[in-house]
Amino acid sequence: MSHLYYNAAPQETRVAKPRKAPRSYPTHKPAHIYLYGTCVVDLFFPEAGMDAIHLLEREGIQVNFPQAQSCCGQPAYTSGYTQQAKDVARSQLALLTEDWPLVVCSGSCAGMFREHYSDLFKDEPETLAQVTALAERTYELSEFLLKVCQVELTDQGEATQVALHTSCSARREMNTHLHARELLNQLTQVERLDHDHESECCGFGGTFSVRMPDISGAMVADKTQALQKSGAQQVVSADCGCLLNINGAFEKQNIPLLGQHLASFLWQRTQVKQEPNT
Amino acid sequence: MSAREKILASLRQSLEGTQPLADPFDASLVDKPWRYCPAERVTRLKELMTAVHSEVHLTRSAEWPQLLHELLTQRQINRLLTAPSTTHGQAFSAYCQIQDSSLKLLAYDRPIEEWKRELFDDVPASFTGTLAGIAATGTLVVQPSPAEPRLMSLVPPLHIALLKASQIYDNLYQAQQAWPRPMPSNLLLISGPSKTADIEQVLAYGAHGPKDLIVLLVEDA
Amino acid sequence: MSSQRIHTLDVTAQNLKSNARLSLKDQQLRTNMRSAMDSLISKRLISMPDEDERENLRELGNKIKASALSQLPDLLEQLESNLTKQGIQVHWASTTEEANAIVLNIAQARNAKQVIKGKSMVSEEMAMNEHLTEHGIEALESDMGEYIIQLDNEKPTHIIMPAIHKNAQQVGKLFESRLALPYTDDVDSLIQSARSILREKFFQADIGISGVNFAVAETGTLLLVENEGNGRMSTTVPPVHIAVTGIEKVVANLQDTVPLLSLLTRSALGQGITTYVNMISAPRQPDELDGPEEVHLVLLDNGRSQAFADSELRQTLNCIRCGACMNHCPVYTRIGGQAYGTVYPGPIGKIISPHLLGLENTPDHPSASSLCGACGEVCPVKIPIPALLRRLREENVKSPKQQPQIMAGQGSRYSNKEALLWKGWQAFNTKPLLYKTGTFLATRLGQFTPSKLGAWTQNHSAPKPAKRSLHELAKKHLEKKS
Ligand code: SF4
Repeated sequence: MSHLYYNAAPQETRVAKPRKAPRSYPTHKPAHIYLYGTCVVDLFFPEAGMDAIHLLEREGIQVNFPQAQSCCGQPAYTSGYTQQAKDVARSQLALLTEDWPLVVCSGSCAGMFREHYSDLFKDEPETLAQVTALAERTYELSEFLLKVCQVELTDQGEATQVALHTSCSARREMNTHLHARELLNQLTQVERLDHDHESECCGFGGTFSVRMPDISGAMVADKTQALQKSGAQQVVSADCGCLLNINGAFEKQNIPLLGQHLASFLWQRTQVKQEPNT
Repeated sequence: MSAREKILASLRQSLEGTQPLADPFDASLVDKPWRYCPAERVTRLKELMTAVHSEVHLTRSAEWPQLLHELLTQRQINRLLTAPSTTHGQAFSAYCQIQDSSLKLLAYDRPIEEWKRELFDDVPASFTGTLAGIAATGTLVVQPSPAEPRLMSLVPPLHIALLKASQIYDNLYQAQQAWPRPMPSNLLLISGPSKTADIEQVLAYGAHGPKDLIVLLVEDA
Repeated sequence: MSSQRIHTLDVTAQNLKSNARLSLKDQQLRTNMRSAMDSLISKRLISMPDEDERENLRELGNKIKASALSQLPDLLEQLESNLTKQGIQVHWASTTEEANAIVLNIAQARNAKQVIKGKSMVSEEMAMNEHLTEHGIEALESDMGEYIIQLDNEKPTHIIMPAIHKNAQQVGKLFESRLALPYTDDVDSLIQSARSILREKFFQADIGISGVNFAVAETGTLLLVENEGNGRMSTTVPPVHIAVTGIEKVVANLQDTVPLLSLLTRSALGQGITTYVNMISAPRQPDELDGPEEVHLVLLDNGRSQAFADSELRQTLNCIRCGACMNHCPVYTRIGGQAYGTVYPGPIGKIISPHLLGLENTPDHPSASSLCGACGEVCPVKIPIPALLRRLREENVKSPKQQPQIMAGQGSRYSNKEALLWKGWQAFNTKPLLYKTGTFLATRLGQFTPSKLGAWTQNHSAPKPAKRSLHELAKKHLEKKS
């Protein structure tokens, strides 16, 4: 029945999208990938993007970073400005001409490519075919590291405790929380602490955070408190939207914590400390 | 245009050019996960009903009248609403006669309007049969009838129901296959005494219907 | 605390934002809601432990509802014809006014003075109580939760547990002041007090009103689900029973109710089944000794056919009103049900209310969500709630004049300024030179970021752009490598 969902006659009563089978992964690491930095990483967490590049290069992968990339279109899409989102999405599609995997530094943006481009272009068969193929080779960074690169991380850091926050769409659309947990589990000196209502939204939701600041503020306040109460010394997340929200709130509330992108955390933990004179 | 015509016309217009989706019903999804062997049916029904504050007594066809009588005596109940025209009603009244019981048996033999006050205020308990039981959910299927009207299982604070073990179905789907067609004017699934959790989600029994439900489960019938 | 409680009269759907601001300050409400929702969430999960069983059943539930909607007008006619044959009178109402007039007519024909109500959200939609009261007929709620909030002159805050926002102390105080009962916060005693008051009301009532959970076309059966027994009382004791329901509640066959029932009671309360499932197919028959002499069914449209007209929005009508979406909603959990100012709160409220009331009356409802997806993940009939919210946002920011008009109140949040802003955003993100210049300036002038940035800095410190963008860093790095 899956064909009914998008391709049905416009008036046909819809049935839900069928459940997805678990994703299968390529057995070999690709030689090339596209890295999609995302707009938030670009401006606010560029080091996370760079650390993603380092991690990928360490796996022997050639990272390609199209300089004309900007934004996946999600802010406009979720705000109801579908046409604007579509135009931006089209411009991004045009950059991804090779059939290399697309690795995205932020969970919700990966979800935009994987889950929602097909909705944007449902009425354009040719583009739809293109985005369907792209969805197949789009990965959120931690998923790519774990499942495609099958990284084996060697922890070089001091013992520490971290709390992990996962963006809602990344959790629901791609199981990012499980991937991130597995990566953290590889780090022998890192203990992952649960926090209260861990699977609950941090209140970001893109423009929601400025359209509904009271509600969003109550959500992020609960999130930051839960993270603090977990006792963790560090907070990590694979989604920069959430990090922007959580870090801004940490600072506003004078909570001495700072969320770090998972890529930066992994890269820093696995660097062999250079002795000064060698 | 009447509201009826307006609504139907609008719905029809919205469906123009489409076909009804095929009937998606899949019995295995509601049947397979909820199957039990005969012995399990009894234990599961008992377990589930007990968990929601019902009393379930395993008994036999020769013994239940005595058990029922004892249960009423224990609770110091001296009036019981029964259905004299049913076999179980007759069996119990025969037992009471032999025992020379002081228990007063009442019959629901007039329209509700003629004795509403008495039913609401002076009937501490009722005794009815059941159409079937359902193991999966711990449920009685009760079909009100002229002999055992709808309110008999609702208004008295204690409802006692007789259930034959052989009438317990695995699940609602199977029980439904055996229901009378056309559907009776009223058919009930009862899974415990009435309850509410409307205040702070604290469970309280005896909301508007019976406060207690006793099931006499006749194993050899 | 009670001074901050929002009373019905102050709350309107147009003021969702300010209502929410008030609710968020009510610590008692926050605590009550959080613990109640946490418990409902875990009960649901305990009752659906097997993922395959649960997910397969949700898929079936979705298909059954979709299939029913795909032949809705035919099923409604079949239902009507079967019910009529069996002696139940069927009435149709396009609007709540029409529905109220139908109910009033029946009541006046019977010279009714007192109406007792089982739980019915559609009657809330109609504001039936107010309407009957205006015409000198007492309308009393009998569901414990509904009774409590009616006493307090409030509206339900949850579709399954109307008084979930109150704790036992609050109910005890209410009973003390309204019913002149000695104060107690013992739940059992409170329930027993209400029971004895309401028993007398069932006894006296001229008419019983109920909702309908599923209306079965094949057999002409109204199926009602409840725990308390007040639904059975309302539909059995008074001489007249009027059931009111939305046109989307019809299903094709009796067997369809098996999976739907299981989904409904487990999603709502974590119960494998409710205490009572009451199936009504006819009024009292000549040989029967009780039951209502007259049974009526009122089928209400009230904006549903508008949702039905668009195949995406039509999915809204899959809803079986289990309340799971609200139980899992981080927004609902924090602001409670009253802040929405609508009969249906929470995620389902946000997607259905715009059809019932028009977007112009619910302008913020589509936006009051982070689109976290918790609702869609649990909905037993798999309504893609986040996708529908997004779609409603689209309708909400469209120009009011744009054709075709899908919804009443289209473009209620249309703003030229905002539309221009997004056009600018589009240009920024599609023209690399613009993007480059923009990010260059932002990174170089980042230190001059104002410390106040509108709504953002209400909850956050102002974000400081990095000194170099990833574009620049990556370019330098990758060029060096090659
Ligand atoms: S939308 Fe889904 S989850 Fe929400 S009340 Fe309706 S059926 Fe339940």
